[in-house]
Amino acid sequence: MRDTFVRTLRGLAERDPRVLLMTGDLGFGVLTSFAKDLPKQYLNVGVAEQNLTGVACGAALSGHVVFTYSIGNFPTLRCLEQIRNDVCYHDANVKIVAIGGGFSYGSLGISHHATEDIAILRSLPGMTVLCPGDVYEAAEATALAYHTPGPCYLRLDKSAAPPVAGADTRFAAGMPRRLRAGSRVAILGVGGVLEDALAAAAVLDRDGLSCGVHSVHTIKPLDTRAVAAIVRDAALVVTVEEHTIEGGLGSVVLEACATEEVWPARLLRFALKNEFSSVVGSQKYLRARYGLSADALVDGIRAALEAPREMSAPQRSTRR
Amino acid sequence: MANDECQMPNAKTPVDVTDSRAVALEIRRHAVRMANAGQSSHVGSVLSCADALAVLYSGVLRVDPANPQWDDRDRFILSKGHAGSGIYAALALRGFFDPSVLTTHYQDGSILSGHVSHKGIPGVEISTGSLGHGLSIGAGMAYAAALQGKAWRTFVMLSDGECDEGSIWEAVLFAAHHRLDRLVAVVDYNKIQSLAPVSETLGLEPFADKWRAFGWSVAQIDGHDHDAMRAAFAALPAAPGRPSCVILDTVKGKGVSFMEHTVLWHYRSPQQEEFANALAELGVEPGAERTS
Repeated sequence: MRDTFVRTLRGLAERDPRVLLMTGDLGFGVLTSFAKDLPKQYLNVGVAEQNLTGVACGAALSGHVVFTYSIGNFPTLRCLEQIRNDVCYHDANVKIVAIGGGFSYGSLGISHHATEDIAILRSLPGMTVLCPGDVYEAAEATALAYHTPGPCYLRLDKSAAPPVAGADTRFAAGMPRRLRAGSRVAILGVGGVLEDALAAAAVLDRDGLSCGVHSVHTIKPLDTRAVAAIVRDAALVVTVEEHTIEGGLGSVVLEACATEEVWPARLLRFALKNEFSSVVGSQKYLRARYGLSADALVDGIRAALEAPREMSAPQRSTRR
Repeated sequence: MANDECQMPNAKTPVDVTDSRAVALEIRRHAVRMANAGQSSHVGSVLSCADALAVLYSGVLRVDPANPQWDDRDRFILSKGHAGSGIYAALALRGFFDPSVLTTHYQDGSILSGHVSHKGIPGVEISTGSLGHGLSIGAGMAYAAALQGKAWRTFVMLSDGECDEGSIWEAVLFAAHHRLDRLVAVVDYNKIQSLAPVSETLGLEPFADKWRAFGWSVAQIDGHDHDAMRAAFAALPAAPGRPSCVILDTVKGKGVSFMEHTVLWHYRSPQQEEFANALAELGVEPGAERTS
């Protein structure tokens, strides 16, 4: 996703000199050619995310389209007030790009786990929040961020769901993208963990349990009617995210349901339960550890469908 | 939009906008009136920078009240956003909007918040209020201007207490590294912050040397001496390739004797007798004002 982002942005920057890429001293090896070939449009601000965001805001208010780039929580939480007061309140054309959503940098430890960012960033007025789940979506989301005036958060995962093809899988702003058709269970996922959602759906399908998978690449603004249409027809709705359960995708889906007054027959939310990970591990390892792997999804979904309704509370079915 | 600029009454400027001393006096009067009417804080912080605001808006800043978004205007950011009433008054007096709007400051439904907001207020570039933001934004503007080959300048007014914020020093490093010589930091060095003198809270000295060591060109002058300020601003950039810092030695509460040099008037709002006395010291006839 990261390389796709840089390649897509480079294409945009070559055509539009207003585009600036500002990094907080991260992107080793990835930004080199952009920096070399478009030196006037590249700036390493240094290890100073508050200044990075303020400078980006000032440049944006002077006519530029500025992409700030860093890892995990650095371009978001470290400078949250600059994002809120400076970027959002001024509706500045700043696109905040975080490499490493969720457990992308799992082994680096909690400082590098971006597991509350969706909840926090989406709460900011005027902020568009894009979380692509595969490489195709990463390119589309980058272009959408560029074309959408005002503040934008682009959360890029290290992992990515495998590519899918087909007419119904076109990327459209604000619309969940159907990665896999299925009728009984509807899985809505965000980010690279969709690879586990797709794998789980394939297993469940083999059991005769028809299971659709949708990528909610646009967290905000989200077409609530499109969410309601997915929820309405499913016997079981499942949300999957490498993110805390408070305020993430599960909350987004429930809010959409509330807006549309369409309620899921059953709902399972696979997410982190009010916890940090102090365990060392790769993204895959941590997904398994925290109940977000394909196996965990399969087990949880089967248990929910087999259990009486009152036993299917999401916390019970996903806890390890 | 409820706060659309076009709803602002047309400006009727009561003072000669080139007479900085007259403008400064009017800023002070408005600041005291606003602090009283809204029972708002920070009047001491406004009074300390009133002279600098007056000088800046009386011929230093290249701005056009008839065209607030003029592309080639100088940018001014009041990073010490708690002195909001000062910039509102300066802009109104400069002709950006009618001074009668100032009476709504801090009132229910007003667009003039205690800390600076730009929404619907012609001439305000940036909303501030949380300290330590303005210099980075100004640096970004100056960086963009340099990139675009533009000659306009960016002025950012900081408070001394604000320089406790680490983000200020991030911006200071950045501006020097990128040789942003059209960026000017103006520090209102009144030596008193919220709860106590600066020297007892988090000492800044040797303050000018810190800026110099970071690669800035520094002038330290009397922030109530209009001629000295005009000369310092006229000499900008003081050194090509370096951003400029103008440290203004000021008196918190300047112009109202009982507010001067006091911590109290960082937060206190002038009550009835205090209000009358303050205005009297600022040359307003007794009985000419309603008190609250």
